[in-house]
Amino acid sequence: MIRTAAFAGVLVLWGLVAYGNRALALMNPVLLPTPGEVVAVAAPQIRDGSLARHLAVSSLRIVEGFGLAAAAALGLGLLVAVWVPARLALEPMIEFVRPIPPLAFLPMFLVWFGLGETSKVAFIAYTTFFPMFVGISASLSRVDVMLLRAAASLGASRRELLGRVVLPAALPSIVLALRLGFGLAIFVIVGAEFMGADAGLGNLIMEGRVFFNPAQIVMGALLLGVLGSLANGLLLAAERRALKWRALP
Amino acid sequence: MSTVADLVQWGLRGALLPRRRALVLRLGAVLTFLLLWSLASGLVVLLNLFNPIFLAGPWLVLGTMIQLVATGQLWGHVIATLVRVIVGFATGAVLALALGLPAGHFRVVRNLLEPIVEILRPIPPLAMLPLFIVWVGIGETSKIAFITYATFFPMFLTTVHGVQQVDPLLLRAAASLGARRGQLFFRVVLPAALPEILTGIRLGVALSFFVIVISEFIGAEEGLGYLINDGRNFFLVPQMLGAAIVLGLLGYSGNALVVLLGRRWLRWEGPPAS
Amino acid sequence: MSPASLVGTGGARVQIEGVHKEFPVDGRSTPALVGVSLEVSAGELLCLLGPSGCGKSTLLNIVAGFLPPTGGRVLVDGTPVTGPGPERGVVFQEYVLFPWLTVAQNVEFGPRLTGMEAARCREIVARYLDMVGLREHATKFPVQLSGGMKQRVAIARALANNPSIVLMDEPFGALDAQTREVMQEELSRIQRLEHKTIVFVTHSIREAVYLADRVVVMTRSPGRIKEVFTIKLPEVRDRFAPEFTRYEAAITRLVKEEVAMVRE
Repeated sequence: MIRTAAFAGVLVLWGLVAYGNRALALMNPVLLPTPGEVVAVAAPQIRDGSLARHLAVSSLRIVEGFGLAAAAALGLGLLVAVWVPARLALEPMIEFVRPIPPLAFLPMFLVWFGLGETSKVAFIAYTTFFPMFVGISASLSRVDVMLLRAAASLGASRRELLGRVVLPAALPSIVLALRLGFGLAIFVIVGAEFMGADAGLGNLIMEGRVFFNPAQIVMGALLLGVLGSLANGLLLAAERRALKWRALP
Repeated sequence: MSTVADLVQWGLRGALLPRRRALVLRLGAVLTFLLLWSLASGLVVLLNLFNPIFLAGPWLVLGTMIQLVATGQLWGHVIATLVRVIVGFATGAVLALALGLPAGHFRVVRNLLEPIVEILRPIPPLAMLPLFIVWVGIGETSKIAFITYATFFPMFLTTVHGVQQVDPLLLRAAASLGARRGQLFFRVVLPAALPEILTGIRLGVALSFFVIVISEFIGAEEGLGYLINDGRNFFLVPQMLGAAIVLGLLGYSGNALVVLLGRRWLRWEGPPAS
Repeated sequence: MSPASLVGTGGARVQIEGVHKEFPVDGRSTPALVGVSLEVSAGELLCLLGPSGCGKSTLLNIVAGFLPPTGGRVLVDGTPVTGPGPERGVVFQEYVLFPWLTVAQNVEFGPRLTGMEAARCREIVARYLDMVGLREHATKFPVQLSGGMKQRVAIARALANNPSIVLMDEPFGALDAQTREVMQEELSRIQRLEHKTIVFVTHSIREAVYLADRVVVMTRSPGRIKEVFTIKLPEVRDRFAPEFTRYEAAITRLVKEEVAMVRE
C-alpha cells in the first residue's frame, strides 16, 4: 500500500520536474523527457511490433547465455566440491580471470565470434559463469559436516549423501547464486548490445543516443528495469516455493 | 573423488592436501594452461587454420605489455582510468554514506529515499550511460558521473541495511551506560554497521572497474578501455588482452586494499570463519 | 554522579508502584504484569524468580527504562524512571559486549562517555578488571573470550560506570553449571565490596537462595508477586548447609505449583 503510493509519488515527482523544466526552460527540454514524451515514443513502436521484437531478441540472448553458464557452473561446481585436485587446479585460473571486468573482454568476443548472435550469447555466458560458479562451489563447501555425519550414520551412500543431503542443504544459496547471475545477465546484455547489434533493448538505447532522442533512452532504460524486476520477482517467487521449509517460523 | 569416509570427516571442503602437493597442483594447472594456449596459437600458425592474429599466444601478449610499459605508453592510460575510477567511486561512496547513514537511522528519510532508489535500481546502470552522455557530453564529467551513479546503489543499500540491522541490545547496553543520541550513533551504530558498509565499498570498487571499461569504449581518447577498443578496431588482439589483464590487476589491487583496511578495522570480528 | 573516588558509591532505593504491562498479541493487548508493587532497599540483592514467561524480565526492562509501563511507575531514590540511565547498570544474559572494543575499552565505555580523562579511566579499568580477574586479558576482543569471561567483562563494565543499581537479567543463564557456580561466588564477593542495589532475575532456585537477601517468587503469566522470602543466611553461604536446603525446598514447592498450573 505504502509502496504503491511511494511509486506513484516518484512518478508524480518526475512529471513535476520534467513539465516544470519545460515551463521554466531551466534546461533544454529535449534533455529531460516528460512521461508523456516517453509514452509518445513508445506508442508507435508498440503498434508496429518493433518493441516486442527488440524485447524478444534481448530476452532470448539472456536466456541462452544464462542457461549455458548456469549448466556449466552447476556441473563444475559439483565436480570441484567432490574432487579436491580439480578445485586446486581450477582455483588459480578463476582467481586470475575473475578480477578482470568482463566488459573488457567484450571486444574480444566480437573479434572472435563476429557481430552476430553467437558473440552476445557467448559473452553473457562468460560473464555470468564466474560469479555463479564461485557462489555455487562456496555454498556446497559450506554444507554442515554434521548433516553428512547424521545421514551417513543412518546408512546413506555417497550418492545419497550428495543427492539427499548436500543438494537440498545448499539449495538456498545455489538459487541465490543463480538469481544474482541472472541479474548480471540483464546488466551486461545492454553493454553487449551497445556494440555492433542491430536489435535488442541495448541497441534501442544506443539508437536514442545516436539520433539524440533522450525519450527513447529513458523508455529503453525503464523497460529494462521492468524486465529486471519482473524476472527477479519470478525467480524469488519460485525460490520461496521451492524452499518453503526455510521460511517456516 | 571424495569417499563417504572423506565426506563425513571433512565435509565438502575436502581433506587438506599437504602444502607442497597443493602448490604443485596449482602451479601445474597454470603451466598446463599456458602450455595449451601457446600450443594452440602455435598450431594455428603452423597449420594455417585461420588468421593467427585472432589467437595471440601468451608470449605475444606479454611482449606487447612489456613494450607498452617500456615505451611509456601504458602509464597515461592507466592514470586516466585510475583518476576516473577514484574520483567517481569516491564521490559515490561519500554520497552513499551521506544519504545511507541517515536513511538507516531515521524512518522518515528512508521512506523518502527508498522509492526513488527502488525504481532506479533494477535498471541496469549501463542503460543510463547514453543519458549521461547526452546530458553532460562525452568528456570526463560524464564518465565520472556515470561511475558515481553506478556505484551509489550497492553502497547506499548496504549502508542502510548495515545501520538497520544493528542489534538493539547494543543500543540498550550503551543507553544504560549513559550514552546520548549522538554518542549512540558514533560509538555504537557506526562501528556496528562498519562490516556491512565495507562490504558495500568492496562492491562499489568492483563495480567502478566494471563500468569504466564501457564508458571508455564510447568516446574516450585515453584509458585502458580505449586501449581495448582501439585494439579491436585494428585487430591488435595482444593489446586487447594486455589491457584487460592490467585492468584485472588494478581491480584486484583495489579489492585487496579494501580487504586490508577491513582487516585493520575489523580485527574485532575475529579470524574469518573459513 | 561522577565518581568521587575509585571505590564505588553504594546503592539506591527502588520503588516499584503498581506496575502494569500489556503487550499486543495478535492484535489484542494481553497483560504480562498485573499490579506489581515492590520496594528494594539500598544495598539489597533481590532475586526475581518465576516460571519462564512470567514477566520477570519485562519487570527488569521496565526498571531499566527500556520499556515504558502501561500503568504504575518506578522510582529510584524518589525520582521516577523515564528511560535508561547511567545510575542503573544492566547486565544482560547475552553479555552484549561491544564486539569492536577490547575488554578494557568495553569497561571504560561508560566513564569515557562522561568525558573523563584517560588516566582516571585507566585506574578504573584496572580496578574492575582486577576485581573480575581479567587483568591479563585487557587487550583481547570479545570474540576471543569464553562465555564466563564475557560475562565478567559485562559485570565489570556495569560496575565501572559506578551505578547505584545493577539490574541483572539471567546473567549466568547461558553458562555451564561449573562456571555458573564460580560466577555466583564472584558476584557474592563483589557485592560484599560494593554494596550496590541489585535486582537479579533468574529461574534457578539454588542461585536465588545462594545470592539473595530476599527472593520474590512470581506467578505464571500474567505475572504478579506470589510470595516474598527473606533469606536469613550468613553473607558467605554454604550450598550444603541444612538451612540452605530448607529454603530451597520451600521455594521449590511454591514454584512447582505455578509450573503445574501452566501445564493445565
